[in-house]
Amino acid sequence: MPRQLLVSLAAMTSGFVFGFGLILAGMANPGKVLAFLDLAGPWDPSLALVMGGAIGIAVVAFSIAKVRNLSFLGLPIDLPKATVLDKRLLSGSLAFGVGWGLTGICPGPSLVLLGTGNFNGLVFFIAMLAGMGLYEVIGTVKAKEND
Amino acid sequence: MLVDWNNFTPWTALSGGALIGIAASLLILLNGRVAGICGIIGGLWQVAFLSRFHSNDINWRMAFVAGLTLSPVIWGLFAPLPPIQISSNYGLLALAGFIVGLGSRYGSGCTSGHGVCGISRLSIRSIVATLAFMSSGFLTVFVTRHLLG
Repeated sequence: MPRQLLVSLAAMTSGFVFGFGLILAGMANPGKVLAFLDLAGPWDPSLALVMGGAIGIAVVAFSIAKVRNLSFLGLPIDLPKATVLDKRLLSGSLAFGVGWGLTGICPGPSLVLLGTGNFNGLVFFIAMLAGMGLYEVIGTVKAKEND
Repeated sequence: MLVDWNNFTPWTALSGGALIGIAASLLILLNGRVAGICGIIGGLWQVAFLSRFHSNDINWRMAFVAGLTLSPVIWGLFAPLPPIQISSNYGLLALAGFIVGLGSRYGSGCTSGHGVCGISRLSIRSIVATLAFMSSGFLTVFVTRHLLG
């Protein structure tokens, strides 16, 4: 099998498994996510265990990835190199949390919602694409100013 | 703080989380890529509008997004999908989606990229980012549900 096909198959499998995990964990349900974010209401701690379960497994994979140059399919291992804590990271993440807290939807579950044919999911997804698009536009404009 | 024991689902949460961990492991060990959903989708914008990447870079992103989007369809073939509760109106969904899209790209990650993958590789940036979006998430729900609601 050509490597390009294997790479796409691996990515698609990862997407499937990710989605099954979100559905099984109840994280594709915005109501359950909001029940975690609502510390003052009847609190549902499930989301913390979802993260714990995911990190418990992924920490092994990333420790293997860190000491390798190439992936098992022979591709370069592309780990983020940034280490600086800057205003961008903090303000972007704070804003992201506000958007997340407004509806209980983040990018992964938005795709699952889209796949269920939920119209609310579609509205969120299109707006999210617009937000991401604006980020690229701002980046391009700034890059041109610096030229 | 009052724990809602009736709706707390520790075993499906842990096993669903483990599946997410396996998915992230597959992507980093086979493709050498971090499973950050906003980065994967955001990267598609770069490909579409700025052609910054080689076309090979589109394929795996599209394949991952297709797998994730089709997962509820496949799930539905074998078992009924769990309930989905959304009480927000379209205006709020659009506003939230826009902020999530812009904020996650500025912050270089979201729940999956920072929260799962970043913490798993012990990145200080991701730990800080996760604390930041968790705090503002908690605060936002407190404001909307208990102060305004």
